[in-house]
Amino acid sequence: MSEMTDKTLCEIRDGVAKGEFTAVEVATSFNAAVAEAGALNAFIVATPEAALDAAQKVDAARAAGQPLGKLAGVPIGMKDLFATRDVQTSAASKILAGFKPQYESTVSQKLWDAGAGLLGKLNLDQFAMGSSNESSAFGPVVSPWRRAGEDKALTPGGSSGGSSAAVAARLCPAATGTDTGGSIRQPAAFTGTTGIKPTYGRCSRWGIVAFASSLDQAGPMARNVADCAVMLEAMAGFDEKDATSLDLPVPEWAANLNADLRGKKVGIPKEYRLDGLNADVAKAWEQGIAWLKDAGAEVVDISLPHTQYALATYYIIAPAEASSNLARYDGVRYGLRELPDGANLQEMYAATRAAGFGDEVKRRILIGTYVLSAGYYDAYYTKAQKVRALIARDFEEAFKQVDVILTPTAPTSAYALGEKSNPIDMYLGDVFSVPPSLAGLPAMSVPAGLDAGGLPLGLQIVGRPFDEQGVLNAGLAIEQRAQFAAKPEKWW
Amino acid sequence: MSVDTATVAKIASLARIKVSEAEVAAMVPELNGILDFVEQLSQVDTDGVEPMTAVIPNVLRLRADVVNAIPETGGDKRDAVLANAPAAEHGFFGVPKVIE
Repeated sequence: MSEMTDKTLCEIRDGVAKGEFTAVEVATSFNAAVAEAGALNAFIVATPEAALDAAQKVDAARAAGQPLGKLAGVPIGMKDLFATRDVQTSAASKILAGFKPQYESTVSQKLWDAGAGLLGKLNLDQFAMGSSNESSAFGPVVSPWRRAGEDKALTPGGSSGGSSAAVAARLCPAATGTDTGGSIRQPAAFTGTTGIKPTYGRCSRWGIVAFASSLDQAGPMARNVADCAVMLEAMAGFDEKDATSLDLPVPEWAANLNADLRGKKVGIPKEYRLDGLNADVAKAWEQGIAWLKDAGAEVVDISLPHTQYALATYYIIAPAEASSNLARYDGVRYGLRELPDGANLQEMYAATRAAGFGDEVKRRILIGTYVLSAGYYDAYYTKAQKVRALIARDFEEAFKQVDVILTPTAPTSAYALGEKSNPIDMYLGDVFSVPPSLAGLPAMSVPAGLDAGGLPLGLQIVGRPFDEQGVLNAGLAIEQRAQFAAKPEKWW
Repeated sequence: MSVDTATVAKIASLARIKVSEAEVAAMVPELNGILDFVEQLSQVDTDGVEPMTAVIPNVLRLRADVVNAIPETGGDKRDAVLANAPAAEHGFFGVPKVIE
């Protein structure tokens, strides 16, 4: 029997159901792994009692012969952007330090209802704004991966960097992530893990700390495609408490997984062949194309002509929505309050927000406030929403010819913490992940292999709206051929 | 378009974020870098293009027109609403005096 923490979500669920081991044994093993991994800084709060409590309930239900949920006995990590009742939910910001929600987010409740248990709340970029985890007020997550022969601390990606690091380091078999412009896919790519952002509206946003509401989507991060399919089934579904929730039944993605791609067409967008694209990334992409052909798919060159404008569009729309969403942090209803002597209400707001928000969050609020302000609204915000419509139209046209699109997930492998100090350099890392977000499309990252430095590279698969199945199937075809088995050597 | 120190100070005031003069000075080039970057959108011909309002077509639903139609977002939750307030007093949010 392999070590407990090396088991995948499906192996754990099946092992518990068959009585090969108990849910309490599973939770105990992962609690110990979390407790040992302080050096990774992946968790903001650990909740070993909650994990054990959920496990005991599963073991009792099994002993009583009751039916078990889809995730019975599986302990998971929860990105600290999901409201969890009575457990600090900080969005990795000082402004929410100590905030203990009085309610449970829809997605986390669904996971508990399916029999999962909470190992703890995972670190992230502050308010999910960032691509390297360095904007967290609790310090950056350190990737369990290291470049061959070096011990420099690397980024686990962001914003779901605690999630990616924890899954890669075997601190949890699966974790929740959220994705606004690539925050599930890029960290998955950087850590050799698998993650899917479903179609916008599949997972309820109720109880998820809002960043950019027209883009935010929750999704699973795990070790393989099947685990993601099972967990996404548990997370997705209509919720009347989210006005943009899709009122559609949740398909049986896991049962319908099929890596036979005969009759399917895969699009390769020429605009993604950037000048000077990293040679290892280009090679992984070519390899991915060959794998999908091997799985029976026909490969078709396509064009997404407005690709080059996606980042600029995103960096208007996301900050605009963020500036509006983050207006709620005012020192009155929850979280931090800064009240200098003699300050009036307005001064209290300004002092609270100055003390509570980190630099990147302030930067985005200011950009958002500017592009929404009188006289600039049409030139920036309306213009960006028009270009966004063109970007979505590009995909619509492409999906008349092809079933899925294959691209690299990120333009490089993981870089060192502290390496990118200019915000624009950081934004450019989202070049492949942002366009599908702007169009609300399902997209996933699967590991393709290692680069010359021994670091993971991911491939991105993008599908039609509502076609998570097509995305998962193509992901499975790659997974079966990539046979990605590398894992970070334990140094923590 | 670019911003100067006066504009950044005004935006910060609109956003209710207290900033020192030194912080404003540091933000001016950062924000101008971002504004230069997004400026490329002016190259895109968007004549006759409707701005996107919903990324996935969806219907706007109305909830049932009854009290507490969705209990989790309904009323009778005063204590829960106030539980995380920095200064809850007598069942209300406490704030500095706003009326002279």
